Amino acid sequence: MKLSAKIYSGIIFCFLFAPIAVLLIFSFNEAKSLSVFSVFSLKWYKELFLDRNTLGALKNTLLLAASATAISTALGTFAAMGINKLRSKWYRAAMNTVTDIPMINPDIITGISLMLMFVFVGRLFGASTSLNFGTMLIAHITFCTPYVILQVLPKLQQMDKAMPEAAMDLGCTPLGAFFKVELPEILPGIITGAIMAFTLSLDDFVISYFTAGTGFETLPIRIYAMTKKTVTPKMYALATIIFFVTLTLLLISNVVDNDDSRKVRDMKKEKKRKEK
Amino acid sequence: MKKIVAILMAAVLMVLCLSGCGSKSLTLNVYNWGEYISDGSEGSFDTIREFEKWYEETYGQKVTVNYSTFASNEDMYSKISSGAVSYDVIIPSDYMIARMVEEDMLLPLNFENIPNYEYIDDNFKGLYYDEQNQYSVPYAYGIVGVIYDANVVDAADADGWNLMWNEKYSGKIVQFNNSRDAFGTAMYKLGLDVNSHDTADWDLAYEELLTQRPLVYSYVMDEIYNMMESGEAAIGAYYAGDYFTMVDAQAEHVDLQFYYPERTNFYVDAMCIPKCAQNKELAEIFINYMLSEDPAIANAEYTYYASPNSIVYNNETYIEDMGEEAMAVLYPEMGSFSEMYNAMSYHNLDKEMLDYLNTLWENVKIN
Repeated sequence: MKLSAKIYSGIIFCFLFAPIAVLLIFSFNEAKSLSVFSVFSLKWYKELFLDRNTLGALKNTLLLAASATAISTALGTFAAMGINKLRSKWYRAAMNTVTDIPMINPDIITGISLMLMFVFVGRLFGASTSLNFGTMLIAHITFCTPYVILQVLPKLQQMDKAMPEAAMDLGCTPLGAFFKVELPEILPGIITGAIMAFTLSLDDFVISYFTAGTGFETLPIRIYAMTKKTVTPKMYALATIIFFVTLTLLLISNVVDNDDSRKVRDMKKEKKRKEK
Repeated sequence: MKKIVAILMAAVLMVLCLSGCGSKSLTLNVYNWGEYISDGSEGSFDTIREFEKWYEETYGQKVTVNYSTFASNEDMYSKISSGAVSYDVIIPSDYMIARMVEEDMLLPLNFENIPNYEYIDDNFKGLYYDEQNQYSVPYAYGIVGVIYDANVVDAADADGWNLMWNEKYSGKIVQFNNSRDAFGTAMYKLGLDVNSHDTADWDLAYEELLTQRPLVYSYVMDEIYNMMESGEAAIGAYYAGDYFTMVDAQAEHVDLQFYYPERTNFYVDAMCIPKCAQNKELAEIFINYMLSEDPAIANAEYTYYASPNSIVYNNETYIEDMGEEAMAVLYPEMGSFSEMYNAMSYHNLDKEMLDYLNTLWENVKIN
């Protein structure tokens, strides 16, 4: 039983990571082929850093993801707080459903409907081109915000409602109570929400494709356009770099998380000892 | 606190406004296929940057080129027809140009701004998609040929389209994975008109593809690169320029060869200016620049496709760089290109025929 379980998880890991391993190995290939490995070389990494267009697309992607994350995190947190304060059960259910729509909706429908709306509004104001960085940012905020709400809302519900009230009783202003009591409580939810928003924005293709304007090309769109001929190994190099950056971020966040939970454990132990 | 928030928001608005109307320099929006221009990689000529430099030196004004890419004619078409974007120069293929002309989506060019048009070979003027030479300037062209691995295939069997139906090489053949190209191979083989309006012709081609079906290793598009390079497949049809990309990357035990069947597909990609263009004159200057010596040669060398530009294919350095074999493949000796092209390239089919074709194609793949 134990052996079969090991084999099973081995196969699963293999399926999950073999594609990344292949990509990683072939990013160091001297030749252009994906099937023949000739000699180890850093040639494609060098090419990547000389490729103005790809670096431009990378910059665009990061800029878009960072702005969309910042705005949708703020928006999502406030929305979650608002929803949490709603008294009426029906109203709250309605709000939850509405905010879920961009999440459940197929990307292609969100993309097309956003594009149509931008074109419509653009025409209304007599603009000849209605798609630009701004429209893309709005689109990304639209599909990122629900994920932030989804992460923050449970943290708010877990929090003891008496805590901010107690803070205000002790002389805190409502804003002070929010920053000193509520925010630290829900911060893990906000951070997870922000990370999700960032990754979603980073690799979104469908919605970006429909809402992208002239000259603002993100990385997924650029790579897709390469498929007519061959995707150059520069992209393998780029993907490898992105993979390692994300891996590092993931490790850091896990370490921080572990530290956090250890602190909580220590605090609980301390409490118990005092009670004794 | 409220004041601070208000000030912050005002600042954000200001920045947005300024970034919206700040730039006074010219912009040119170019929309091209991916990997279809010399972009400075591996020490090549960086066409876009060189154009910006050249323009500033010649006209004393700064120009910024926004260069974006698309993966298929249909992608490009849907983006432009949405009316939400404005491109100044686009480079679609022939049948798409015909469709866009029909739908009144292109602007007639002012050839006074494109004097280099005279370098374009006469064979590439008056082609069916733009008979009056009003809307397009050819950029590159290609011919479909058969690629085979000489270590597997007997050279004596390399006989027109028959090689792709040769039972000896069952399981070694790859066929196009899109209806038009796959039916094309069968129709060229049978001597049928690839733009036929008669369903009987398509039925014949369908039967031919069914006969081929058991021999086919896989239906592929750009996967063909890896399959041919690694020797996984031994016979397939693709564009001449792409054959050299494969040869460059082929494995040691693979020896790829190429030939043209007697009847085959031709395509031309050409530069056009869509109706939504914001700066037509600048777009024409760009098109003209693309036809001048340095960029034209650099692009032809980068993409490996044949150029209709006489200053490219007559240039000694270019001929030397490409090598004798490549020149022979890319610029085959033939009668009149325009005649063969008009007779054998794919034209836009009407919707009924397309639907019929797609139903047949689905049956090929299901059977």
